[in-house]
Amino acid sequence: MDTFFAILQVATLVLLLVLIHRPLGDYMAHLYTSRRDLKVEGGFYRLIGVDSQAEQTWRAYLRSVLAFSLVGVLILYAMQRLQAVLPYSLGMQPIPEGLSFNTAISFVTNTNWQSYSPDVTMGYSVQLAGLAVQNFVSAAVGIAVAIALVRGFAYKRSGTIGNFWVDLTRGVLRLLLPLSILTAIILIAGGVIQNFNGFTDVTTLTGGTQSIPGGPVASQEAIKELGTNGGGFFNANSAHPFENPTAWTSLLEVFLLLAIPFSLPRTFGTMVGDKRQGNAILAVMSTIFLVSLSALSIFESIGGGSAPQAAGAAMEGKEDRFGIFGSTLFGTASTLTSTGAVNSMHDSYTALGGMMPMLNMMLGEVAPGGVGSGLYGMLILAVIAVFIAGLLVGRTPEYLGKKLGPREIKLASLYILVTPTLVLAGTAASFAIPAIRDDVTTTSIWNPGIHGLSEVLYAFTSAANNNGSAFAGLTANTPWLNTALGVAMLLGRFLPMVLVLALAGSLAAQDKIPATSGTLPTHRPQFVGLLVGVTVIIVALTYFPAITLGPLAEGLQ
Amino acid sequence: MSTTSRTAGRQYWVALRAMIVFTAVLGVAYTLLITGIGQLALPAQANGSLVRSGDAVVGSALIGQSFTDADGNALPEWFQSRPSAAGDGYDGAASSGSNYGPENADLLAAIADRKAAIVASDGVTEDQIPADALTASASGLDPHISPEYAQLQVERVAAARSLPVEEVQKVVDRAIQAPDLGYLGEPTVNVLQLNIALAELAG
Repeated sequence: MDTFFAILQVATLVLLLVLIHRPLGDYMAHLYTSRRDLKVEGGFYRLIGVDSQAEQTWRAYLRSVLAFSLVGVLILYAMQRLQAVLPYSLGMQPIPEGLSFNTAISFVTNTNWQSYSPDVTMGYSVQLAGLAVQNFVSAAVGIAVAIALVRGFAYKRSGTIGNFWVDLTRGVLRLLLPLSILTAIILIAGGVIQNFNGFTDVTTLTGGTQSIPGGPVASQEAIKELGTNGGGFFNANSAHPFENPTAWTSLLEVFLLLAIPFSLPRTFGTMVGDKRQGNAILAVMSTIFLVSLSALSIFESIGGGSAPQAAGAAMEGKEDRFGIFGSTLFGTASTLTSTGAVNSMHDSYTALGGMMPMLNMMLGEVAPGGVGSGLYGMLILAVIAVFIAGLLVGRTPEYLGKKLGPREIKLASLYILVTPTLVLAGTAASFAIPAIRDDVTTTSIWNPGIHGLSEVLYAFTSAANNNGSAFAGLTANTPWLNTALGVAMLLGRFLPMVLVLALAGSLAAQDKIPATSGTLPTHRPQFVGLLVGVTVIIVALTYFPAITLGPLAEGLQ
Repeated sequence: MSTTSRTAGRQYWVALRAMIVFTAVLGVAYTLLITGIGQLALPAQANGSLVRSGDAVVGSALIGQSFTDADGNALPEWFQSRPSAAGDGYDGAASSGSNYGPENADLLAAIADRKAAIVASDGVTEDQIPADALTASASGLDPHISPEYAQLQVERVAAARSLPVEEVQKVVDRAIQAPDLGYLGEPTVNVLQLNIALAELAG
């Protein structure tokens, strides 16, 4: 019966995504190709001084992305440092330098890694005027960069790839904001709070006192999922009953965080003029998603390991209202996108279960991935897959009528190398440098033994892939981890964006070459299989040794 | 048409102005709009689904509570919530899971202690105890227990309150909530609401 209900729950989710992906995907294609501005947008462009009809070269587009993100980091840093003088701070202290640095980067990079416990750290001003604003704009930046890459495939002999400010503004005003307003109201109806009450002390049934927290949670919860951000208003994130009160809100949140990433392949197919190409990408994403979900659900249902065996089931760190499957579904969706929200504690998963979120992130979060970042990550892998297929048959690789020459392949290969380098170097440095190792093992690691290694590996995997979830026993609010993870988030976000935009520029400049009998068809099941294979093999080769030392060793002991 | 002639400095000026407008629209106006709608249309939910016993607000239907004495010992006349890692237990200002890993010795010891305590208080064998009674939730504020854990506590509560077992059983039966739409999530019992119903029964 449990299995039947679980399948029914997935079927509901799939049905909702099938229903939404066409209209939403087509809407986004329209949004990012239309030349017409809304009146309010025209006013906004005049205010900030942008000519919305002028397209940018890839270098100008990149400069705009970086300028906007740097300004975002500085503003968010300043707000945290000045928290004490901002209104509605609930008497909370200014955030220290290291934590402010980490958190500012974390929210601007769409990671939402939280080295702190928000319940007792962030007042309302920083939460809503700082963090929530970045939830919107960092998501819109991700989509903008993905759209720029799609334009690279769609354009012919073009020196430009679109206008960043227009893509950003439309993504915020015409996509994320209306969807957030709608879903925030539905979430309130489900029990998510939305107030400015601060903490309310009540006398409990037994005569004790309890502090009931308040806060503008629903407004933040909606964009937290829609923008695949994941930063919780509360420490317990989407496990907190005020963020996620019941099983249907949990399924809704899973749907919200998957809605845009699973619709973007449709946008891609529409924009390149061949919807089958979008469907092939969608098929790759769906396959990986369902396999990963099944694996985690099976591991957690079996409940291997000493503690789950002693308790009778792997319920440590899980909520009764979601049960095991409601938890594994959320955990899978959250780590296969760049969300990183949790409705169960991954640190307490079984050893092999805890490996799955890590693997999901190590895949590069491409099934379906973060808003925007998932699509461009998957398209980079498609470029690699086409290249490998080209090597096998001895032909010049081409994808969607664009030749993949040395420059394109170099950019794609560098992209693939960025996050593994950050993850493995960061984890290795944490244990190899004696002074840091002492600090990490005595201060940061919560669970002793092999599991402690997994906590650090998870942290760097999450940061470099801009996920934001954690094996949350880890105390990350230390000088080393705040700095190292901050740098990993920064490089893990913007180095890939540099490479993607460079690739977009070089593709846009090419003419389209017509398909011939020698062209590899990239819309058939054969290519879907190849792309799934390439995605998995790249991860397996890169991370297998690290996985062996962590979760595999723990699971097999 | 290209904007390459724009200096890098100009981009920062554009970015700053854009961020200021976004902060006003997304940070302030959006939050106020949602708060206004929530407070007008759905005030009960927006303010935390507070529940009363008699005239007094005793908590939130969504936030679990401890039913223990000041030293943290379980009070036998109340249905007990799950173990909690939020502060000293069900601290509404410090939501948290234990984050213990599956091989953590402290967790194994805690599970053994909890088993022994329930065996002593409820007179059941170890293998009759459901997993949620032995494990801390993700939030530390889980308002629910499984119907099995509620069932296990019926006799103890009835005895402590000198009530017939059947009466307590009826309260528990009424308190069992089916999964959402019949198939989403798990069947649960809301402990605070169960205990409020129990208090009304006794009063």
